Amino acid sequence: MNNTSKNTKILSFLRSSSVPILFIIICAVCIPLSGLSANMLFNEITTRMGRNAFLILSLLIPIMAGMGLNFGMTLGAMAGEIALILVSDWQIVGIPGMVLAMILSVPFSILLGLFCGKILNMAKGREMITSYIISYFINGVYLLVVLYMMGSVIPIKHSTIKLPRGYGIRNTVSLLNMRQKLDNLIPLKLNIPGVGIVKIPVMTFIIIAILCLVIVWFRRTKLGQDMRAVGQDMEVARDAGINVERTRIISIVISTVLAGFGMIIYLQNMGNIATYSSHSQIGMFCIAALLVGGASVDKASIGNVFLGVILFHTMFIVAPKAGAAITGDSMIGEYFRVFVSYAVITIALVMYETQKRKAKSQEGAMLAAAQDEGEEEKDS
Amino acid sequence: MQKEKSWFGKLVENYGLPRMIITLFLLLLLVLCPFVGADLPTQISNIIARFSWNGILVLAMVPMVHSGCGLNFGLPLGIISGLLGATLSIEFGFTGPLSFLAAIAIATPFALIFGTGYGWLLNRIKGGEMMIATYVGFSSVSLMCMMWLILPYHSPNMVWGLSGKGLRTTITLEGYYNQVLANFLKIKIGNFVIPTGSLLFFALLALCIWAFLHTKTGTAMTAVGSNPVFARAAGINVDRIRLLSVIMSTWLAAIGILVYEQGFGFIQLYMAPFYMALPAVSAILIGGATVNKATILNVIIGTILFQGIVTMTPTVMNNIIHTDMSEVIRIIASNGMILYALTRKTEGSK
Repeated sequence: MNNTSKNTKILSFLRSSSVPILFIIICAVCIPLSGLSANMLFNEITTRMGRNAFLILSLLIPIMAGMGLNFGMTLGAMAGEIALILVSDWQIVGIPGMVLAMILSVPFSILLGLFCGKILNMAKGREMITSYIISYFINGVYLLVVLYMMGSVIPIKHSTIKLPRGYGIRNTVSLLNMRQKLDNLIPLKLNIPGVGIVKIPVMTFIIIAILCLVIVWFRRTKLGQDMRAVGQDMEVARDAGINVERTRIISIVISTVLAGFGMIIYLQNMGNIATYSSHSQIGMFCIAALLVGGASVDKASIGNVFLGVILFHTMFIVAPKAGAAITGDSMIGEYFRVFVSYAVITIALVMYETQKRKAKSQEGAMLAAAQDEGEEEKDS
Repeated sequence: MQKEKSWFGKLVENYGLPRMIITLFLLLLLVLCPFVGADLPTQISNIIARFSWNGILVLAMVPMVHSGCGLNFGLPLGIISGLLGATLSIEFGFTGPLSFLAAIAIATPFALIFGTGYGWLLNRIKGGEMMIATYVGFSSVSLMCMMWLILPYHSPNMVWGLSGKGLRTTITLEGYYNQVLANFLKIKIGNFVIPTGSLLFFALLALCIWAFLHTKTGTAMTAVGSNPVFARAAGINVDRIRLLSVIMSTWLAAIGILVYEQGFGFIQLYMAPFYMALPAVSAILIGGATVNKATILNVIIGTILFQGIVTMTPTVMNNIIHTDMSEVIRIIASNGMILYALTRKTEGSK
């Protein structure tokens, strides 16, 4: 919290919000071109907000602990999927099924989170690439469990979700009797003038709001403060008597558990599990959305999450249509949105690293260790 | 483990536990091979063939590891230069073996340009190379997905038949440079086939890299990789050396994909280059390389072990337990290997 001059403040604001501004421009150009009605757009965005916000919120805590973007959130997503597969085999439907799946996902998530946290502690300084590879590695384990062990070792009764050969799970598992049960628990249809009827998934929003409050509260607890200290400087935190390794592991475990819950909410909205692909892209899209909202690798707020969901998913909805309108080929729009997701992550990572280097070269290493907070803004 | 070090413990330490497991696993597969009714010569020829396809892609890791840029997760960028060379060579009407040379010639300037940009970027973000390299690769692949559709290609062998524009996802190389290297001096004894030309080509490039690493610039590159501060003090232009290494890696990747295609017989576009970095990365790590140290020998051993497992597991596993678990084993083994390497303590980095 050093004094920073006004100029650098404005500059750093522009720099930090360049991605959201760029996205606002993209959306402003693409929306009219896509020819989608306001009603449809609003409905889509509220649906997607309910679907994704929880997942994206799960990324905040590792960022706070200085571990960067947690590409390992995929682990939680896989835990959630395994729990859902089991619950749908036990034929527990609706909200009780969801709650049971959430409870069931917790031990899986904790185990995976512990594993992930342990490994990330062994690879300090390259957490992101490591967590990224972990997500691939655990995907292999997930395949092993779901494709070979379910039905042969883990009892799966119903043939509707089993592959014809007798073990392994089908490509899609239907969650028809769980579909949007949470979203529709408190039905509400708002009639916004000029837009029309917009369906609001009230209960999902309430849960997301509760999670936001929990995160705000968590930041103020002893553990939350410890995490921020660890995030700012591990050595200083260690000198202050914080168990750095343990704190980092806890942050990853929390993130994984939340991602598991998030995945269950996500899938109840979708209404089916794409067993082998649901989780594969989820990390990338969530991270891209968070970054579009103006977050960076070391700083993210709840506001970033919501702005990110709105902007990123608006782009996501309108890009294929707009692409089709411009070039006559809808595939271009599809590729465009994938490209944009990757490009946003690339740009955010590059900006983070260049700023880190700048800060490093300006302050001496000793000085940097001593005063932690203000150095990144103190440019001149 | 630390307390008592028997000869076995020392061996494990030198050779690396994961590498040992993988070697033993491959040996086990080879021993099992005759018992499950698979033809050993065919299997070994398969491994050699796959080695000849992938060797250069793995070799493309070496320069960047040497200069301390870490593992080249940005391999797809080089692959894209190669793909541009391949498609343009066909577009310009080259056929037969000539099209291979033309593809290399056309790919080279692209590789140089992309490599320069990529190297410049990596020089600005020292310390975070691997993550950014991954995403540079991904972004470039998805950008090119659009480009393959938009760019004005016309050759009827490559574009979609109906619309007459946009490249197909797979393009056959029949009549172009399919097997052009593999058929050169090919040795065939029964079921046992050696694609001599491809192996010679790999050997040539490997020799070049080996020789280069022993020149003055090459030594400087190793110095930059092992201790950049010392290298700077010794009067080496660190950024220039790093840039050079990235360009070399990118160019090797471009050549690597062309060699891969001539063996495989098809050009794969769109999302195909996406996941090509990971197998190459894990291959060189299995060969005993670390995040900042790699030799040609690592490349050769690693590619043989990795490709050996990839080719052997489906056949052997299928015959034993009648299910194809090879994909799962490949994913776990290759990513596990990368994880193992990332968690090693590396001295002298940064």
